[in-house]
Amino acid sequence: MSVATVIERCEALFEDLHFKAVGEWKAAVPGRKAIGYLPIYVPREIVHAAGMLPVGIFGGGDRFEVIQGDAYYQSYICRIPRSTLELGLTGRLDVLDGMLFPSICDVIRNLSGMWQVLFKDKYVKYFDLPQDYDDATGGSFYVHEMQALRKDLSALSGNEISDEDLRASIAVYNDNRKAVRELYAYRAREPWQAPTSEVYLVLRAGCVLPPEEHTKLIMQYLAETEKQKRPQRDNARVVLTGSFCEQPPLSLIKSIEMAGCYVVDDDLQLIQSWLLDDVSLDKNPLQALSEAFLHRSASTASKYDEKKADKGQFLLHQVKTRGAEGVIFAAASFCDPALLERPMLQGILAKQKIPYTAFKYAENTGQMAPIREQAGTFADSIKLWSAA
Amino acid sequence: MSTTVQMMPSSAGAKKPAAPVQKEDSMWLQKELINGNYHEVATAHAVGKKVSATFVPGNLNELLMCFDFARRLPETDALQNGMRKKSGKMIMDAERDGHSEDVCTYVKSDLGMMLQGDLGPTGEPMPKPDVLLLSYTGCFTFMKWFELVRQKYDCETVMLHVPYQGDGRINPAMRDYVVKQINDKVIPTLEKVSGVKFDIDRLRQYMKESVKAEENLVWTLQSAKRKPSPIDGYFGAVYYIGPIFTAFRGTPQATKFYDTLRGEIEQRIREGKGPVTPEGEHPGEKYRLVVEGPPNWTSFRDFWKMFYDEGAVVVASTYAKVGGVYDFGFRHDPDHPIESLAEYCLGCYTNLNFPQRIDMICKYMDEYQADGLLINSIKSCNSFSAGQLLILREVEKRTGKPAAFIESDLVDPRYFSAANIKNRLESYFQMQKRTAAQSADQTRAVH
Repeated sequence: MSVATVIERCEALFEDLHFKAVGEWKAAVPGRKAIGYLPIYVPREIVHAAGMLPVGIFGGGDRFEVIQGDAYYQSYICRIPRSTLELGLTGRLDVLDGMLFPSICDVIRNLSGMWQVLFKDKYVKYFDLPQDYDDATGGSFYVHEMQALRKDLSALSGNEISDEDLRASIAVYNDNRKAVRELYAYRAREPWQAPTSEVYLVLRAGCVLPPEEHTKLIMQYLAETEKQKRPQRDNARVVLTGSFCEQPPLSLIKSIEMAGCYVVDDDLQLIQSWLLDDVSLDKNPLQALSEAFLHRSASTASKYDEKKADKGQFLLHQVKTRGAEGVIFAAASFCDPALLERPMLQGILAKQKIPYTAFKYAENTGQMAPIREQAGTFADSIKLWSAA
Repeated sequence: MSTTVQMMPSSAGAKKPAAPVQKEDSMWLQKELINGNYHEVATAHAVGKKVSATFVPGNLNELLMCFDFARRLPETDALQNGMRKKSGKMIMDAERDGHSEDVCTYVKSDLGMMLQGDLGPTGEPMPKPDVLLLSYTGCFTFMKWFELVRQKYDCETVMLHVPYQGDGRINPAMRDYVVKQINDKVIPTLEKVSGVKFDIDRLRQYMKESVKAEENLVWTLQSAKRKPSPIDGYFGAVYYIGPIFTAFRGTPQATKFYDTLRGEIEQRIREGKGPVTPEGEHPGEKYRLVVEGPPNWTSFRDFWKMFYDEGAVVVASTYAKVGGVYDFGFRHDPDHPIESLAEYCLGCYTNLNFPQRIDMICKYMDEYQADGLLINSIKSCNSFSAGQLLILREVEKRTGKPAAFIESDLVDPRYFSAANIKNRLESYFQMQKRTAAQSADQTRAVH
């Protein structure tokens, strides 16, 4: 198998908005169930421990015509809820037995209630994540939320989820996260060998594949791409940030790369790298998941920074550890969290003299020339500055 | 009783003086209270008081009073600047400072006010808050808003995360989480910043006052069930909710305000009068509406006029519940003060899930004998607006009453298109008229 074959498979999964892979997984064993989740983060381990397939729903992309979904939203609302509704209303999500809506913003929060109204036969849960990071306070609440999900999914599957089931699933996802970390580290080391347009597709495959299979796929990609040496270019190394929910079109990622940027870190598929280390297998499993969330998880605009000094530290860490020379802020239009966060992060980068540029997109943005021009100018300016 | 006073001239430089505005005495009293609070905030540091800032939904006013804080509410600042036509430039200044055109204009109005030297709506300087109480109820933007303010002011910030009623109910874990944060985080921080020791009996005492005001507020809002309604439950209600949703819940001034208000409305009921509008007595109730969504503040008077010109009275609104839903029985409970604060926060309107919001509107349509629903969809406020078109469909389906949809913004004058809104409203009222005529014809045919 070559890199091209791996990517071809990932691309097919990415483009399939009928979620055939999920249907096939369900059909392989009668009685199997699948649960969708929206960005940014849900503890997929609980879904997996219930014997179900967690399925990431990241909108409809740039080739999907939204008709009915638009009838539910004003022009000033981002696109992901429209295309997600369209997926639901056109039956493409019938393969799912339930949906989880994590707390990310008011739009996704309200979408959870819309789903309750529109899809009454499905399991729907708004999954609240704590903004208080003390174990006894936010942790206690979060454990309760996870316990409620565990109970619901036990009822839905007809099987009690034991602590051992949970530990086994945590181990599966620890392996998956380790593979994702390796992939990110490899890309940061040799971005010409693992372009983000490919890395992204490999990660997106994790939205529909069982985690065990996805881990193998990542390792397969790493092995195959290592075999096929590609030319190194004099590109600018950048962190892409702000794209954690509604996803940019693949062509936008390609455009940034074609314009002379190596993306060495990003937040595109944040769920897969949200927990920064392995989750402990020695503790009460929900407690372990809670502690990982509270103390060892990524930072993003939807998450409260307890202290002023915390703001931007995660981004600075990404820049430093990945050896980035600049930051591209790419946020979905009308994305409140990302766009409100942006000026704060820009101020912090400016103080550190880290160059940045910023633009907005929608998942169906079609015109790439302005993006290419802006990213190209940014890359050139980095190269000029570093030469000086 | 109402009085006629010349309206404050607009800073926008209107060519002819505004017509005299009519308000009930309670409305003037409300204005006096709000302006008095701005003065208290402006002079707080000079007299050795600390200043807090917190948001309207889920505000812990009684608790803040226990620590002698002068109390700022940033949405009220933005709203007042909007009504005084000052917010447009503030928003543009914030946008020039790097804030996206896509985000909430309350936030940008607040940040723009800071950029302009932090003069408050009344022209007095607004001091830097000593503490930001980030009561994060029903709106994600609040979190970012105070992070932005903290970046600027570098002041103490305490977060109170209020979980959302995703399942349409408050479970014990949600309540415990909020209670624990109040006990372990909020109170110690307020003690530290203010230097005042927390006294739970003081909190109980304030809550006893809150309950009196809450009773009269509910009575006032529910007076609109009468025909004709003696109040406007949206535009007029803005004045009625002002004290209790801001720095006055739990104060004797609020109790007095709501006593006065109730007396006025009782008088109007005895006289068979409708609401007082800025132009005087309401011309006569032709249509009874329920409104969902906040009002526009920059053209508040013009917006209201579009309604009473057509003989429309808003009999109930969801916006009048944004700082607390009291009409389904909740009252602050002096016997369980902290738990009661938690219940209050958890129960605010924008913390309710969609099925709950739809149920509430349908209930209003029924109990207030409304002819229809109007949704004023606010660009700035995704918490309210995202999904409102589904609310419209569901309410129409369940009540059989027509609904209409208009769009505007809170404090960005660029998003208030008077001609478009007027056109839509006129069409809606024509449809209402036809529906009423058809219904009358059918009734005659039956008899």
